[in-house]
Amino acid sequence: MYDLECINIAKSFGSIRAVDDVSFDIPSGSFFSILGPSGCGKTTLMRMIAGFEEPSGGDIKIKGRSVLGTPPNKRNVKMVFQHLALFPMMNVYENIAYGLRCNGVGNAEIKRKVHDVLERIALPDVAEREIHQLSGGQKQRIAIARCMVLDPDVLLLDEPLGALDLKLREAMKIELKLLQHQFNTTFIYITHDQSEALVMSDHVAIMNQGQFEQIGKPQDLYHRPKTAFVAAFVGDSNRWSGRVKSSDGSGGKVETEQGLEMAFTAAGGENIPEGASVEIFVRPEFIHAVRQTDADADDAAATGDNRMEGIVDSLLFNGANSRVLVRGPQGELIEADVTLTGQNDIRPGENVYLFWSSRQAMCFASRGAA
Amino acid sequence: MLRFPGGGLMLQKDFRRLAMILLFAPFALWIALLVVLPHIGMIRLSLREKVAPRVYEFGFANYLDFINEPIYWNTLLRTGSMSLLVTALALLIGFPIAYYIAKLASNRTRGALFLICLIPLWVSDLIRAFGWILLLRETGVISSFLQWAGIVNQPIEFLYNDVTVIIGLVYTVMLFMIVPLVSTLDGMDNSMIEAGYNLGGNGFTVLRRIIVPYAMPGIVSGCIVVFMLTAGSYLTPILLGGKNSSWFTEQIYNQFITRFNWEAGAAFGILLLLFTSTVIWLGLKLSGQTLANTVAKS
Amino acid sequence: MRIKMTVASLLAATMLAGAGTAQAETLRLLTWGSYAPEELIQKFEEEYPDIEVEVTFSNNEEMIAKLRATGGAGYDLAQPSHDRIYAAQLEYEIYKPLDLSKINTDAMQAKLLDGVKANTTIDGEVYAVPHQWGTSGLMADKTKAPDFKGWDDLCDPQYKGKTSMRLKRTILLGTAFAMGEDPFAAYSDLEKYQQILDKVADKLIECKDNIKAYWNSGDDLSAMMLSGEIVASETWDSTAYKLYDQNQNIVFIPPETGALAWIDTFAIPAKGKADDAAYKWINFVLQPENVTIMSASTGAIASVKGAKDLLPEDKKAAVNAAFTDADIDNLKFFANIPPGVEDMEGRTLEKIKAATGG
Repeated sequence: MYDLECINIAKSFGSIRAVDDVSFDIPSGSFFSILGPSGCGKTTLMRMIAGFEEPSGGDIKIKGRSVLGTPPNKRNVKMVFQHLALFPMMNVYENIAYGLRCNGVGNAEIKRKVHDVLERIALPDVAEREIHQLSGGQKQRIAIARCMVLDPDVLLLDEPLGALDLKLREAMKIELKLLQHQFNTTFIYITHDQSEALVMSDHVAIMNQGQFEQIGKPQDLYHRPKTAFVAAFVGDSNRWSGRVKSSDGSGGKVETEQGLEMAFTAAGGENIPEGASVEIFVRPEFIHAVRQTDADADDAAATGDNRMEGIVDSLLFNGANSRVLVRGPQGELIEADVTLTGQNDIRPGENVYLFWSSRQAMCFASRGAA
Repeated sequence: MLRFPGGGLMLQKDFRRLAMILLFAPFALWIALLVVLPHIGMIRLSLREKVAPRVYEFGFANYLDFINEPIYWNTLLRTGSMSLLVTALALLIGFPIAYYIAKLASNRTRGALFLICLIPLWVSDLIRAFGWILLLRETGVISSFLQWAGIVNQPIEFLYNDVTVIIGLVYTVMLFMIVPLVSTLDGMDNSMIEAGYNLGGNGFTVLRRIIVPYAMPGIVSGCIVVFMLTAGSYLTPILLGGKNSSWFTEQIYNQFITRFNWEAGAAFGILLLLFTSTVIWLGLKLSGQTLANTVAKS
Repeated sequence: MRIKMTVASLLAATMLAGAGTAQAETLRLLTWGSYAPEELIQKFEEEYPDIEVEVTFSNNEEMIAKLRATGGAGYDLAQPSHDRIYAAQLEYEIYKPLDLSKINTDAMQAKLLDGVKANTTIDGEVYAVPHQWGTSGLMADKTKAPDFKGWDDLCDPQYKGKTSMRLKRTILLGTAFAMGEDPFAAYSDLEKYQQILDKVADKLIECKDNIKAYWNSGDDLSAMMLSGEIVASETWDSTAYKLYDQNQNIVFIPPETGALAWIDTFAIPAKGKADDAAYKWINFVLQPENVTIMSASTGAIASVKGAKDLLPEDKKAAVNAAFTDADIDNLKFFANIPPGVEDMEGRTLEKIKAATGG
């Protein structure tokens, strides 16, 4: 039994296909994210699920029943809007009670439910407050409570963290995940921010140009992207274009346009023949940068079958996420993660070796250009 | 500078204050000369009793006159209730239009619709009234059309009654209702309405619980402006009104002009001001709004 | 800032305007619509190149209100009716005495001149001389209301919904005459006058059902009459003459109790600043060839000798269709309005308007 199934759903605005033949289903109680750049059609998809747009084709089923033709106010799908859309002319209590009143729930019952839900979001004392008296994080929780009090089959969240500042956003990510566990309701979370999607979700769908590129667990998307788009969009990568010099189909040697040679592994289950144009992705954390004079340079070499010499161009210090930019022999810049201890660290201008494994050099056949 | 560390600062502060005064002086002067002084004059005039030619005494006779003469306060009540009716109608008609302009229309249609609302204001009151007269008179366009279409077989007089006055006034004040409504509705996030539906509300619930409360400042401000304009209008009720349609401004005019009774005219003017102010105060109280967040905002 | 700019530009504008007027004298006329035809103004300015004529159109009540507001300043020559001089001067002191030696009084009809002088003399000073006269009476479409002859015919049920009147003092006086009263005689006894007014009010309230609408201006009266929406009405004679021009069936009817005659006068406001120019204008418009131009515009008859012959041809025909010599003898000239009467009449008019008749 799925809480939500979308079957070949499509939506066109004039000649533009905003959502193009998308199918997926979400099991009960999971946190599902749809991640994509702006304009990829994710908001349209969400609006179709909520009932604000009618699909041009396909079917949407909630708890196994098709909701096509059901008006938004009759669907048991609630939505947290991008700017939350709390009603400023009502206080917190009335905001939460609104949906219950629409459903004709009695006053005593409303009171009980509102206090219950406020308890659950850990804001028991704000019932009488006006919306403008709340902090950003509190508003967020009230917006969720306003939906959850109605016990929806699916909760849609449309980039609700976008308006918050960085610190609060980080905190809210965790809180949202906890709330989802607590309510045990299916959350569908729309975002263009990959870290939000990766941190919170059980499953993530990557959407691009109206289509799903890949659906999977966050780790799968990160480590085993099926398409070049997913590899580029999820996480950071060093990216090269190149041509395959030798290949057994699943791996071989490639030469980049800059003339850099490396061993690769075909990603996404593709078969990559000799002579194919390809895109190569190597994540910075899989590249080891070692001082050429260091004693352990040879040890480091064992971690990768690709090796390159370079000069440290600059150091991007960011605590645990620090990085070096290394200028290679052809003049291109390569990013590599480094651990900085504060003692005897790599400095700009030093000569380094870069090592990485061919298993981490993900290769995709170039689209169209081949 | 060093010896008088505060000196420069003081000078700057004084200068700034002077600049403020200079900046506000014309405005204050304008308010004083055009609003405050005339009203003080009116109040003084209204408290004068004429005892003989060129001889006046202080007294409340003009106000007592008003209280003792049912014609006067009936006319004031009539003017007030008809103005309220006009306000209500303007709101009922204007709200959907404003909603359409603010939320549904494309940018191009928006401009066109605004223009249509603006057109009545391009011509003078008088021309507008004559336009209505041409349409509505017994031998006018509408009556002739109905006869031509065979719907009626006798000319019909649409003119010279209260309904005509109300139509004419609603037409005149429509823009003043629509503009504040559009400006508040425009500021309303569409997702607010969608949230209203999403949480289970039907069209009526969303209108009643979300759109109308949100637009309340605009509604109140539009109503205040429209009510004031209507209660203070002169030409439209005079020209379109029938034999019995007295309007309070007409009585003020008559007192001043045909009866040379400036004292009574001034008293009536003050009474009209007090009356409309009271109605507006009541309206604000009932709707829970303040002047600051309605008229001042839009 | 914007306000400041406006103030500055206003100041500049007034200073410029002041500089302009210093050179040529301006004659500021306060008169009735059509009493200052463009043709005549041009002719006058050609004759007196150093005088510029500025015209403000108004009516009796507004003329007095305007002059009262300023204590008689702002205009150099006003033209209220002869019955609006005496009380207004007594109460508000808005006019200044005329120097009759500067006016060509010989050209005026002695009867009208003496009448106006008698009505407007205070402490031996004369405050007005006659300009034009005309009447208020009735008009009817001969083909639809052939027997129309008196004020009370407006209330005749056979014309139900087909008559009109102007709810102003004229109809009060006309109705009083039709009821056999003499309201002018009662001016000296205001209690008596009030009784007459009460009777008139009852009559007119009862009559309300018969009236289609009260007219406000010559324009709406003309429209109703020409379209046939009404067949008879109270009217100014000049309006009736204009309609006669377009439809020969519409004639002015002096009521059998006598048409009510008014004389519009020349009076100089107390603080007028161009008395000489005002006298020049008075004498100018009384010249025979100018009288014709004026009458063509106003439809009223000048108070100069032989004025009827100076009327343009079409107006002459209309007047002849309306008045017999007996009618002219029967004219009732409006009597001077004593202080307080306007208030009594105003109250009566309000009562009629507020009453729920038809």
